[in-house]
Amino acid sequence: MRVLAAMSGGVDSAVAAARAVDAGHDVTGVHLALSRSPESDRTGARGCCTLEDARDARRAADVLGIPFYVWDLAERFETEVIDQFVESYAAGRTPNPCVRCNERIKFAAVLDRALALGFDAVVTGHHARLDPDGTLRRSVDPAKDQSYVLGTLRPEQLGAARFPLGDSTKAQVRQEAAARGLAVADKPDSHDICFISGGDTAGWLRERIGSRPGPIVDSRTGQTLGGHDGTFAFTVGQRRGLRLGHPAPDGRPRYVLDISPVTSTVTVGPAEELDIRRLVADRAAWPHEGVVTCEAQVRAHGGVVAAEAEARGDDLVVTLATPVRGTAAGQAVVLYDGDRVLGGGHIRVTAA
Amino acid sequence: MTYLDHAATTPMRPEALAAYAAVLADTGNASSLHASGRRARRIVEESRETLAGVLGVRPSDVVFTGGGTEGDNLALKGLYWARRRAEPTRRRVLVSAVEHRAVLDTVQWLGAQQGAEVELLDVDAAGMVHPDTLAAAIDRDPAAVALVSVMWANSEVGTVEPVAELAAVARRHGVPFHTDAVQAFGQIPVTVGEEGPDAITVSAHKIGGPVGVGALVVRRGLALEPLTHGGGQERDIRSGTLNTAGVAAFAAAAATACALAPRESARLAALRDDLVRRVQEKVPGAVLNGAPLGGPQRLPGNAHLTFPGCEGDSLLMLLDARGIECSTGSACSAGVARPSHVLLAMGAGEEHARGSLRFSLGHSSRAADVDALVEAIGPVVERAGRAGALAGMTGG
Ligand SMILES: Cc1ncc(COP(=O)(O)O)c(C=O)c1O
Repeated sequence: MRVLAAMSGGVDSAVAAARAVDAGHDVTGVHLALSRSPESDRTGARGCCTLEDARDARRAADVLGIPFYVWDLAERFETEVIDQFVESYAAGRTPNPCVRCNERIKFAAVLDRALALGFDAVVTGHHARLDPDGTLRRSVDPAKDQSYVLGTLRPEQLGAARFPLGDSTKAQVRQEAAARGLAVADKPDSHDICFISGGDTAGWLRERIGSRPGPIVDSRTGQTLGGHDGTFAFTVGQRRGLRLGHPAPDGRPRYVLDISPVTSTVTVGPAEELDIRRLVADRAAWPHEGVVTCEAQVRAHGGVVAAEAEARGDDLVVTLATPVRGTAAGQAVVLYDGDRVLGGGHIRVTAA
Repeated sequence: MTYLDHAATTPMRPEALAAYAAVLADTGNASSLHASGRRARRIVEESRETLAGVLGVRPSDVVFTGGGTEGDNLALKGLYWARRRAEPTRRRVLVSAVEHRAVLDTVQWLGAQQGAEVELLDVDAAGMVHPDTLAAAIDRDPAAVALVSVMWANSEVGTVEPVAELAAVARRHGVPFHTDAVQAFGQIPVTVGEEGPDAITVSAHKIGGPVGVGALVVRRGLALEPLTHGGGQERDIRSGTLNTAGVAAFAAAAATACALAPRESARLAALRDDLVRRVQEKVPGAVLNGAPLGGPQRLPGNAHLTFPGCEGDSLLMLLDARGIECSTGSACSAGVARPSHVLLAMGAGEEHARGSLRFSLGHSSRAADVDALVEAIGPVVERAGRAGALAGMTGG
């Protein structure tokens, strides 16, 4: 099989490519240049778009003895992921750019181009399993499982994807990388959002959206407790950084309950008001009929709760058996049966 | 393997390889005063005379460098600093919009860090700078011009610039004229009469010599500030122990390339014309960029084509997978193919620029190389076109 290995410059994608080579495939490595003006070195443990990452990917490809190219997807990434990220925050939602990147870049632009160019599959270093029948499952390493950020992909997107790492833990992947002589074996994991170097999301958003001051209002009393200079700095469920002068009457901490960009109002209140029992999501991938009993995950690295899900037109309606706290519109809801991913969508509306 | 990327670098010529190996096997620092040093010095000076001979300059005009990039940097920074020191108001730096990055990035740095006022000279649709364009640019404020630099031949589309006329325009205004002749040297006559450019950059590895050696011709006592300070080996303009073996190999390659050039350029032009004709037969939409075939305004080994509706890097990858090696033009440091600034300056749209490939022929090119490309190009373009359509390329 002719296989395209997306190589970020990290240890996971390098080992994934190596396994594809071992499996006897004709593998070509491609690094996706996602940043218009890549920084030359990574600052700390974030990102996947520096020139150093491109170099690390190239060196891994050299060690594997596979051809290597850089594909410039910066423009596409900017319009499909970064712009949407900004718009989404400006509209009071909390987007997950990794989900979006998988949907629109890796398993869309890259996959389509690869297939058109004559490749049969795209290999990535995601920690997830993909059964021969197309079922997506969690990685054997629960701490590193990435099935959530893949959970909204449609069957045809997953059809040409290969995730060779799903049966291994991260520790095993690192060991294997070292044994293979890959220099990235002990490279730190990337966290945070790859296009926000420095990790200051609120500051980054302020630069793009501009400051839009508004009140922070108590949900029960309607009293204005403080102010802010932009709703984009807040996420539903957030507790820290509210800088409210007076304590709540009951002395209990307050959380962001609602964000209303139109009036630039942030509503805060006690934790129990964060409880969500019903979600309506855009139906991204839900190839099922009727009410399905399952478990729902509503954020990366979050836990699961028992749920029932049902498609209604283009919506996916999810009812949770026990409430979850602080679920924000814009996040993905991914539904599981044990370790099997049943499908998922993007949360639009939440209700208690 | 089918190597169609001689403009990037070309295989070493046997004469150069022999000279290189022979000198490398010997010991001697050309600055030492003993017999080994004299032996090395003799090789350096004989090589200098050889190069001066083929370039039509005096041996003392030849400053050996570590390659084309260094030569361009030395010429531009060295000239700018020397001119500014003599006359602080001379800050205008005029270069063509189609220069190699060794020139463009250098003058951009002079602009950003050293107070230069950089102006890019427009080119026509073939990539040529017209002498009138230069004259008009100088005339806007002649007393403030520090220097002019226009390449002898373009590295992407192979357009040969009217260097003699451009140099004459600069001379009329008393402005030093530098030319990057890295692509032209060894392909077309780069002999410099008394009226020619004041400074010329050449590089060994583009003519069958080793990488990392070159020369800057600096004429008529032109003042130049050095970039590197040290032993002052090359007229105090360039310091560093002389690369005796590299210089010897460079001279050997230059002697051979220039001696063969009249015949070789006719052979390459015929091969190149055949390549273009047959590729266009297979891909009727393919568009030749740059100056017309057959004329003196195009390097004989250059074929630069746009395949509408395709991404250059898709084409490159698919050809590479079939053992055919070419280039998309300008690669940035991450290896990302960006739309070529040369094509954009020639007035091409971004999509046209992105869909282009450069095939460049050289001394080891044979008819079989063209045959291999012609055989592969049809299916490759079809495939890349499918990918391009997905990416929204119109092919228009
Ligand atoms: C026109 C031109 N100038 C300068 C250079 C740089 O020369 P070198 O590779 O010797 O540094 C090149 C080659 O890449 C070139 O084509």
